[in-house]
Amino acid sequence: MSTASNPYDRHPIFDQLGQLWRNKTAIIGLVIISGFILVAILAPVLSPHDPVETSLYDQLKPPVWHETGTWKNILGTDELGRDTLSRIIYGARVSLTVAIVSVGIAFTLGTLLGCISGYYKGFWDSLIMRIMDMILAFPYLLLAIVVVAYLGPSLQNAMMAIGITYVPRFARIVRGSVLEECEKDYVMAARAVGAPDWRIIFIGILPNCLGPLIVQTTLSMASAILDAAALSFLGLGAQPPTPEWGGMIARSRALILRASWVMTFPGIAILLAVLGFNLLGDGLRDALDPRLRD
Amino acid sequence: MPETQPLLDARGLVKHYPIKGGVMLKEIAAVKAVDDVSLSIQRGETLGLVGESGCGKSTFGRAILRLEEPTAGEVWFDGDNILAYEREQLRALRQKMQIIFQDPFSSLNPRKPVASIIGEPLLIHGMKSRRERDARVLELLRVVGLRQEHMRRYPHMFSGGQRQRIGVARALALNPQLVVCDEAVSALDVSIQAQVLNLLKDLQEDFGLTYLFISHDLHVVEHISDRVAVMYLGKIVEIAASETIYAQPLHPYTQALLSASPMPDPTHRRKRIILKGDVPSPINPPPGCRFHTRCPFAEAICAEKEPALREVNPGHQAACHFAGQVGL
Repeated sequence: MSTASNPYDRHPIFDQLGQLWRNKTAIIGLVIISGFILVAILAPVLSPHDPVETSLYDQLKPPVWHETGTWKNILGTDELGRDTLSRIIYGARVSLTVAIVSVGIAFTLGTLLGCISGYYKGFWDSLIMRIMDMILAFPYLLLAIVVVAYLGPSLQNAMMAIGITYVPRFARIVRGSVLEECEKDYVMAARAVGAPDWRIIFIGILPNCLGPLIVQTTLSMASAILDAAALSFLGLGAQPPTPEWGGMIARSRALILRASWVMTFPGIAILLAVLGFNLLGDGLRDALDPRLRD
Repeated sequence: MPETQPLLDARGLVKHYPIKGGVMLKEIAAVKAVDDVSLSIQRGETLGLVGESGCGKSTFGRAILRLEEPTAGEVWFDGDNILAYEREQLRALRQKMQIIFQDPFSSLNPRKPVASIIGEPLLIHGMKSRRERDARVLELLRVVGLRQEHMRRYPHMFSGGQRQRIGVARALALNPQLVVCDEAVSALDVSIQAQVLNLLKDLQEDFGLTYLFISHDLHVVEHISDRVAVMYLGKIVEIAASETIYAQPLHPYTQALLSASPMPDPTHRRKRIILKGDVPSPINPPPGCRFHTRCPFAEAICAEKEPALREVNPGHQAACHFAGQVGL
């Protein structure tokens, strides 16, 4: 039997992913995201303090490079004396969870609906796509606010709300790709050998739609983090004392002139995380799905 | 009937594609891709089906396999009306009827290695053991002239001819009785065409296959077919044994087709019939004989009465009011 090192035997997606290594911005994105994932996993090891522990004597300490700053709180403390660095490190866990869970919901539902829509066409297609159009007709954040307002403010509900608002983009992308793939003869060949529909869709067609799906997943994670931060900023996401970046910004809003660092660092964290996912997403798009390039 | 029962017998097969329009998406018209076609194929025979693109020949091939659901008519396979089959019966039938596609670049799933592509029909029809499947795939690869090391490769690493061989191997995996070759060699280079055609011929002898060979290329069809049917705008206009139809075409359309196809002998001079105009739309085919708008011999009756497919000479049917009386 031939060996795995034979280039002929490699799954074609590896050739496409190989192009990713030549894309510098994608590598930067990958490094940033890997950094965040590591930080999230190692949070208890890395953080110098308990993220929810308050300290009345250390309120609003400035960061270490400030004249009055100390090494005890490298990035300073907030109005309750909680260590900003520790909160940001633990906040990475929250943000990544939000990204994975809400995009996971959107991915699963959207892919399923998109497959049904694209494969069966006709009535189900019209029905599903009109519902997707309705969801798209609302501004994302507004819709998420409505969902959270209905379900009650909590991080879980925020993730659910973001997930639901992201379903249409996945459904549309999958539907488009499935429609395109359905025109190809291998789908009819599978039908001709008696393959059941679920097999044709999930084993035959779906792997051919992976490129745009991976891209959409990565880019959606960036906006999920941003939207979760926005919901938390509005008090509809993570509830105190959960260390969530958006929530941290919201509560330090009043301090912006007095202690600007409390607000700055979580802002930078959001910026970096979103930037990382976006850079990686753009790189993946170039590598996997040239059609999407502008 | 003295004749042996044909393997496949399509009777009055109709396939219309509805065109929907208006707010309520009502059917406003239909593309009459296949309109009342009756054809039978004997066991072990190769029936060639020729016609211009868009004449409905591929649709016919797909309709008899129920890859497209026929609008009306009957398809009898091995003595059973398969249009009455339920899902499970249909699945079992898939083992007996297979199809080879025109475009070897779109007929193989680019994300699957060859072993999975050829092995899929085996898996679906109950061969669960991977080792057993791989053994059969290997056997099939050898039959179509490919090698063991090709098993783990992906379709994009193959040439068009090799890909078509993979498609043939997939079609043969379940030991079918009938294989529909839908323009099976049209996308290949001429030299490769001959290889694949010879392969198909050899396989027919070895496995007792019956072919419905669909093509727009008259020479390819002549090379492989026992009988040839000519289709125009969704209807059969002439059927005869291969030698007969090429030597003595009765329908003006067949004559025009033959006169248009290039001859390998440059010294050979012959009269050509140049057809005027385009093929009329299958949405709104002309009344009477569908060919009368372009027929050089058309008379008044042709626009009024549709000619039936009738036996002009023994074993030679044509659908023309003046079959045998007009022509070159």
